[in-house]
Amino acid sequence: MLLSPEEWGIVRLSLLVGGTATLATLPVAFALAWALARGRFPGKVVLDGVAMLPLVVPPVVTGWLLLLAFAPNGPLGRVLALAGVSVLFRWTGAVIAAGVMGLPLMVRAMRLSIEAVDRRLEGAAQSLGAGRWRVFWTITLPLSLPGVLAGAVLGFARSIGEFGATITFVSNVPGETETLPLAIYSALQRPDGDAAVWRLAGVSVAISLVALIASEALARRAGRGLHDL
Amino acid sequence: MIFDVDVWARLGDSDIGATFTSASPATMLFGPSGVGKSTVLDMVAGLRRPERGHVRIRGSTLFDSSSGVNVPAERRRAGYVFQEPRLFPHRRVRANLLYGAADDHALAPTAAMLDIAHLLDRWPRTLSGGEARRVAIGRALLADPAFLLLDEPLSSLDRGRREEVMRAIERVRDEAGVPILMVTHDPEEAERLGSAIVRL
Repeated sequence: MLLSPEEWGIVRLSLLVGGTATLATLPVAFALAWALARGRFPGKVVLDGVAMLPLVVPPVVTGWLLLLAFAPNGPLGRVLALAGVSVLFRWTGAVIAAGVMGLPLMVRAMRLSIEAVDRRLEGAAQSLGAGRWRVFWTITLPLSLPGVLAGAVLGFARSIGEFGATITFVSNVPGETETLPLAIYSALQRPDGDAAVWRLAGVSVAISLVALIASEALARRAGRGLHDL
Repeated sequence: MIFDVDVWARLGDSDIGATFTSASPATMLFGPSGVGKSTVLDMVAGLRRPERGHVRIRGSTLFDSSSGVNVPAERRRAGYVFQEPRLFPHRRVRANLLYGAADDHALAPTAAMLDIAHLLDRWPRTLSGGEARRVAIGRALLADPAFLLLDEPLSSLDRGRREEVMRAIERVRDEAGVPILMVTHDPEEAERLGSAIVRL
C-alpha cells in the first residue's frame, strides 16, 4: 500500500500524538491504578468514577470540557499562558485529548495487574530484609509489569483512534492536529477522497491490530507469571 | 532464653495468639489446624502487628506493646519459611536464594547442605514440592537470619520428600546454629525435630 507524502505525514503525526500521549499518561495512570488497587482512603469510589468518566461520557463533551479548561481564560489555559504556551490548535492539545481518552483503559488494566500480585510474596521479600522500595522495584513492579505494559499498549491504540474529543478541543488542522481518524473524516467529505479513505483506514486498522495483539500477548504473560508459585 | 513470646491479636470473634518461653534450639509450636499457629509466626516475624504482648529473641526486643517498640519486618532478621514456598516466580532459583543475602560466599555450602546445587539455574515453576521447600529454606538461611520460623515445612509432601526436608531441617538445627521456631500439627514431627514443645 503506497501512501502519498501527506498521508505519511498524517501517520507520523498520529504515531507522535499517540506515543507522546501514552508516555505522558503512563505515570499518571500507574499512580491512579496503584491508589485504587492498594489505597484505603475516603472518596476512593469517587476517584474511581472520575478516572473512568472519559470512557462513558460522550467524547464531544470531554473535548468541550478540555476546551473550557485550556482556553486562554480557562483555569489551565491561564497557567500555561504565564509560560507563553498554548495548546489550542496545536499537536500538544491533540496529545492531551488522546491521553485523557486513553487514561481509563490504562488505569483499568494496570489496576487489575497490581491487584493480581500475590501480597504474600511481598511479605516474603520483607522478611528477607527488603524495605518498601526494594519490595516495589524487585517484586511488585516486575510481577505487574506485563499487565502495566498491556494497559499502556491498549491506551496507545485508543489514543491513535481518538476523534471526538480531539476535533472538539483542537479542531482539524492539517499537519498539526489532523491525526488518522480526522484525516479519514476529511477525506470522506471530499468527492474524490475514496481511495485515500481506503488507504488511511487500512493503516489505522493495521496499527490497532498490532497494538491489540501486543497487548494480549503481554496480558497472557502477566497471567502466566503470577500463577507459578 | 532464646524465645520469649507473648503475642495476641483479635481475629473476628476469637483471640489468637500464644505465650511461651523456650531456651531450646528447636521449639515446636504444636496444635490442631485452625488455632492460629501461622498467625503467631506472622506476629513474631513482624508481618502482622499484635494488639498486645511482646516478642524477645535472645534478649533483643522486637515488639513490645507497652513500650511501643515495633521493629519492622525487614529489620527483624527472621528466616521465615512459609507454608507455601512463596518463591519469586520471576527469578531463577539462584536469584531467589540470594535475594536476602549480602553476598554469595555461603551459596555453595548451603546449596550442598540442602542438596539443591543442581537446581540453581531452574525456574521455580519447574521444581517439585520438596525441591521448592528446600530452596525456600535455603533462601531463608542465606539471609543470615537471627532465628528461623518454619511453618509446617513438611505438610503436603509425600513420604520421600518429607524425609528429605526433615533431614535438611535437622542439619540446619545441628550445623547452622540458628534457633528454630517451627509450627506443626504432627506429633511425630514435633517429637523428632524439637527439644521443646509448646502446645496451643
